[in-house]
Amino acid sequence: MLDVSRLNPLQKVALRFAVVSLIYYGVTILEGMLMRAHQINYDVFQTDHYYAILNAHPMMGIFGSSFMLVFGAFYFLVPTLLGKSIYSQRLAEMTWILMTVGAGIIWISSFFFRYAALYTNYWPLPVSNEFSPYALGTFAIGNILLMGGVFVFCYNIFATVFHQRDKKKPIGPMLLSALGIDGFINLYRRLSRKGSEKEPIMPLPVVAIFRGTIDAVLDAVVLGGASVIFLVHAIYTLMGTNLSSGWLDALIYKNIYWWGLDLIADGLVLIYVAGTWYLLATLISGKPLFMQNIARAALLVELVVSWNVWGHHLLSDQGQPNLMKIVSGEMVTAFELVTMGIAVFITLATLWQARPLKMTPPLKFLLGGVLGFSLGVPAGIIQADLGMNRILHNTQWVIGSHAHMQMLVGLGMTLYAALYALFPMLTNNVELKSNRLTNFHFWAHLIGGIGMSVAMGFAGMDGMLRRAVYPGDTTFQPHMIIAAFFGSLMILAYLAMMYNIISSIGIRGLIEIFVKLPERQKRETVPAV
Amino acid sequence: MIESSDVLSVMKVVYIIYGMIIFSFIGMYALGISRSKQILPGIKVPFYGWIGFLVFVGVGLHLLTYHTIPWVKLDLSRNKVKVDKEFNISIADYKFQLPDNKLLIEEDQMVRFNLESKDYTYGFGLFREDGTMLFQMQVVPESRNDIVWKFNKKANYTIRSTEYAGPKGGNLFVKNAVIVATNAEIAQLISQKELLQN
Repeated sequence: MLDVSRLNPLQKVALRFAVVSLIYYGVTILEGMLMRAHQINYDVFQTDHYYAILNAHPMMGIFGSSFMLVFGAFYFLVPTLLGKSIYSQRLAEMTWILMTVGAGIIWISSFFFRYAALYTNYWPLPVSNEFSPYALGTFAIGNILLMGGVFVFCYNIFATVFHQRDKKKPIGPMLLSALGIDGFINLYRRLSRKGSEKEPIMPLPVVAIFRGTIDAVLDAVVLGGASVIFLVHAIYTLMGTNLSSGWLDALIYKNIYWWGLDLIADGLVLIYVAGTWYLLATLISGKPLFMQNIARAALLVELVVSWNVWGHHLLSDQGQPNLMKIVSGEMVTAFELVTMGIAVFITLATLWQARPLKMTPPLKFLLGGVLGFSLGVPAGIIQADLGMNRILHNTQWVIGSHAHMQMLVGLGMTLYAALYALFPMLTNNVELKSNRLTNFHFWAHLIGGIGMSVAMGFAGMDGMLRRAVYPGDTTFQPHMIIAAFFGSLMILAYLAMMYNIISSIGIRGLIEIFVKLPERQKRETVPAV
Repeated sequence: MIESSDVLSVMKVVYIIYGMIIFSFIGMYALGISRSKQILPGIKVPFYGWIGFLVFVGVGLHLLTYHTIPWVKLDLSRNKVKVDKEFNISIADYKFQLPDNKLLIEEDQMVRFNLESKDYTYGFGLFREDGTMLFQMQVVPESRNDIVWKFNKKANYTIRSTEYAGPKGGNLFVKNAVIVATNAEIAQLISQKELLQN
């Protein structure tokens, strides 16, 4: 069982993030299965209820769950890998509280007020008469708090990397190393045979975290900024003045919004995942990372690429200039195949050098993550093509074969690999009770995630749209039944994992991660007369 | 002319084959990594060869579709394309406002659809009777939204909004709004319509 009294503050805060993340993940997959049921039988919900669930679902999944797990892990890893103290434990605590409350308020905006502009929030939709100002305002407040939590995390992580409390070090070289520029310098020295390569200052996982966090800041500026606009509109409407939405061009808004949103999907996710793979590969193999300098350089390239790919979301917007579609939408986006391909190669090569390796849970889940990205990334590259986008945009292909494959299998399995790898470190070596449940979690999630994503993808190729309902039309019902079957496997996987974790750390341990419970009274044994 | 259904049929096969290759590779890798002796022939993949292959695939896909999928060049040069017919359609308050009950198009005609949104961001897609998509585009307010298409098969198409514009727009469509038929059939339909009006 978990003895919380022996945990240090970093372990505790990381576990708090993990617990909230897993709870929100449960909410997310429950929402997912409710929507799966509706797509089989359109009498399950009223239409506005269905879309309200659809509004909450990605916010809970991405920000409530994935971001939380990642931030918690990084709060633990960055100081640990650097051998430094965290800049501010208080800010770390503030991060999970802000994000938990923010995500919860967003959920409330959907549940109580039926807010359903979806995560795309296309202008002028969010400020239209479609949703009440209470709905819009609640969503905006939730998102502002969420992005506030993201900002706090980013500041705290950057400050942890650069603070000079424990040891004085020049900031310039630290910044160069954190950006991976030393990787480029080493490559140049090797190729030109001028000078000798120097061991980089920053551990590679910290470089990935640093770079991905730059995208997190920029993304929070865009999404938080949009939410401030929504809040202003909501307040004015409540005061009796309907502000016009004509001051902002819808296409320009779409460009800015997708630039910001893509810094998550095509930016920080890919960079964080690569960094996690590298860390896990070195931990599991006990070997240094294969072609480390290229890995460092590629992470910086991926950062720059992530700033220039948003155009692939506007390939079907006919007002978008053709040059932007071709350069940003097609060519720069295609380069993500290269950057992810580098990450896959380096990870697999590092592990291969250390064989034979025992097929532990972290290794299994890591390979599952690689499999997920190997399926999801090419699906994205296919739809980021002018010809293919014309017939795939906004179909179930995009959200199935690409997005859910990436999030559930690629990212999801990678996060579980990190969870199982860090679990002993965060709990002072509490052992998971059941290897069988861990195995079941692996296979059920892998098969369920791939099966559901592929079923959705085939529905998309047969013409089924995303964000659409087809009452009275059973054309896509067979696809949706298959998707629901595989989705159910993921629910079972989640339950198996949660039972395994909770029975290993104990209910008391779980609660004491957050609040200290009164000491257990020792029962006095009365001797028999 | 190649249609979307042809492209997607090929894509289904390619996707299945690709999936099998990836499953096999990861499976073999997992087997190999847990054994000290190589039980399967090892393939040394040179790193730079791998990068070259990825660049080839990434760039090659776009070159391939540019040269084989006809609507790519058509879309990029649609300003200069001479069309046989033009339809102006607007969307407002979750309703398609079509110039006519049925949009009649003769086989092999080049057609331009000009869409205007008076309020939200919608989509405009044409779907066959079996539910498969012919094409789609976004319809953004205060923006250019036009598409040029050559119809070379007789068919009836449903117009459906392909972008979410709120719960009311989740099922926005006009069934069999576009009819593509032979010259004679179109003429017959027009005369039937005139008779009804008179």
